Amino acid sequence: MKQVLVALVEDKPGVLNRIASLFRRRNFNIESIVAGHSETPGTSRITIATDEEEHLRRNIIRHNLLKLINVIDVVDVTDRPCVIREQALIKVRADGSIRGEVGDLVKIYRARIVDVSTASLIVEVTGEPDKIDSLIEVLTPFGVVEIMRTGKVAMIRGAINSSDQEEVIRWKNGNGRNHKQAKK
Amino acid sequence: MANSKRMLKGAEIVWECLVREGVETVFGYPGGAILPVYDALANYSDRIHHVLVRHEQGAAHMADGYSRASGKVGVAMATSGPGAVNLITGMATAMMDSSPMVCITGQVPTNVLGSDAFQETDITGATLPVTKHSYLVMEVDSLANVIREAFYIARTGRPGPVLIDIPKDVQNDVTEFEYPTDPIDLPGYHPPEQATDEEVAAVLELINGADRPLVLSGHGVLMSGARDALIAIIEKADIPVTTTLLGNDSLPHSHPLNLGMMGMHGNASANHAIQEADLIIACGMRFDDRVTGKLKTYSPNSRKIHIDIDASELNKNVRVDVAINADLATVLAQIKPGVKQRKRAEWLKTIQAWQDDATQRDVLQLESETLLGSQVIRSICDNIPDNALIVTDVGQHQMLEAQYYSHEQPHTLITSGGLGTMGFGFPAAIGASFHRADREIWAIVGDGGFQMTLHELATAVQEQANVKIAIINNGYLGMVRQWQQMFYNAHYAETPISSPDYMKLAEAYGVPGYRVDRREDIEPTLKGARRHKGPVMIEFVVEQHEMVYPMVPAGADLHKMIRRPHPEETNV
Repeated sequence: MKQVLVALVEDKPGVLNRIASLFRRRNFNIESIVAGHSETPGTSRITIATDEEEHLRRNIIRHNLLKLINVIDVVDVTDRPCVIREQALIKVRADGSIRGEVGDLVKIYRARIVDVSTASLIVEVTGEPDKIDSLIEVLTPFGVVEIMRTGKVAMIRGAINSSDQEEVIRWKNGNGRNHKQAKK
Repeated sequence: MANSKRMLKGAEIVWECLVREGVETVFGYPGGAILPVYDALANYSDRIHHVLVRHEQGAAHMADGYSRASGKVGVAMATSGPGAVNLITGMATAMMDSSPMVCITGQVPTNVLGSDAFQETDITGATLPVTKHSYLVMEVDSLANVIREAFYIARTGRPGPVLIDIPKDVQNDVTEFEYPTDPIDLPGYHPPEQATDEEVAAVLELINGADRPLVLSGHGVLMSGARDALIAIIEKADIPVTTTLLGNDSLPHSHPLNLGMMGMHGNASANHAIQEADLIIACGMRFDDRVTGKLKTYSPNSRKIHIDIDASELNKNVRVDVAINADLATVLAQIKPGVKQRKRAEWLKTIQAWQDDATQRDVLQLESETLLGSQVIRSICDNIPDNALIVTDVGQHQMLEAQYYSHEQPHTLITSGGLGTMGFGFPAAIGASFHRADREIWAIVGDGGFQMTLHELATAVQEQANVKIAIINNGYLGMVRQWQQMFYNAHYAETPISSPDYMKLAEAYGVPGYRVDRREDIEPTLKGARRHKGPVMIEFVVEQHEMVYPMVPAGADLHKMIRRPHPEETNV
């Protein structure tokens, strides 16, 4: 399974650049990276998907991210129960004659048609990346003009905040490190 | 100093903050975009001494050398564009060797930032991979806090260089200055402290159960102040130690448990011990490729413990059984009480046999007509005090220094290890001399590396820096030539290198100069040179084809060293 990391970072200029630069210079591969505001003002949450499969290498990637001063916490959610979603916009060549057929397929995937022109339409779909791959496959015969995918976003299931996960587990195990060492 | 609110320019805030960080020396070079800061220097020159270098690379190496000599944060300053870019070699050197440093650069004004203005370079972007952290200060109100954070980040955790880029208008902007006193709040930066009880128990079980344990002692032993604790542990448990290049002075060379340096040009006994050990205890080192050789066959039969302050170094090159991310001195204090007293005579006897073999092969045992670099370095060692500071450049002389100079005291060696920066040694020695003017400092350099930064002679003379320069002149880029001899059919492509007449050069700069090409002249010349205060230059004209042995070819098994022939096998 490919690696998925959820990072909480300070919302400061250049943070995404630092992360991207780190992956390049350490020869790690980014499959996708998605950033946006988190629930805490002044911080952003970033989901990073990598192609690294090996456990120790994954750990190295995580610890390298943690070394960045502006990165507050990084959780490897790859092997944790979590929701992973991706959104895509797919522009399909479709005139009036086949719009209905496309519409039926879109319904099966719980996707939506969000824009229609005389010769094309745009489908919006959200789901696990596999589902999006599959929809693209079935739409391809109609003629796919353009695809825009967001990349994965991930969130751990349950009442725990992704970024506090490790600390909570450590605390439960009575393996008390103080809060300051949460990054370890 | 009263902490009352005052209206100050950004340029003045820079100096105010440096004073409060305890900075006494700044190495720099002025220019357009840093002019306001230099203009404000006059009001602070009673507290901070500015050293005018001859090239910004020199400023960075001097700040690095100062930092390594003093344990304080070295400061380098330069203007935007070319000035800033010239610092990069020095930042990369400091980054690789975990040397705490703050570099302050001027930047074009914010209103033209990003427009390819005159002398504009995106220096925060360019230095991302070679800094621990960097700041582009966009408003004067944040300046004081940025400088405070920069020093804190540079010196804590795994130390490293931090860049502060300040646009010219921010230097001129005026704000109400009050030095921040609240605790530094960096939500994403918390250097690790101690090991868990489980980790300590795991370490003790391995150490107390091992028959052939070996400590690998690195730079972290010195930086963390763990030397005494380490010595106590190895003496209690009779555990031999081998050091990395930067950990070369982490244990007295005369200590019976010290096997000396490991790795590519390490002692054969140390490398054999690594391969035969049943337990490796790696302390504050990072398993660089120059110490491991081929990873697949590295210390194949040992369990491994790795203690390092940088979590990203654990399990990076060598997979270990117990990885501890914590401060080394703290961890050693934690494990010390549980380490069982034990003699390991059989293991030490095995090692002794390897050492005896190496002694017989030693080049110093050979009678030879020509002057050898190794002899020169041993003579320097024998003729100067134990607390003298040696700063080397990079190449054969650096490895010979590591092999033939006996460091008895900690913090007596400064060298560019990770980056292997030729041209580092001389400016770093000048920088180090500002820490303690009374200390004897020797820059041991090759003729190649010295020529990369010898323009700093002017700086050394201007400041009367107490640096003795020993040029080991073999007329070659010796280490590259050695590789060509061994691996490229002795095809010496571009490695013969000429030098200026060093005696005339010394004269031109107003420095006493000596040339030595005979063994018997080494000692008297050293004695003469030591009598001079301030810079002195000695050129040692040495054997051109001396090789550094042993050598583990890059990527080879650590125990498959190319050795100097045993005297019984040869008639040399």
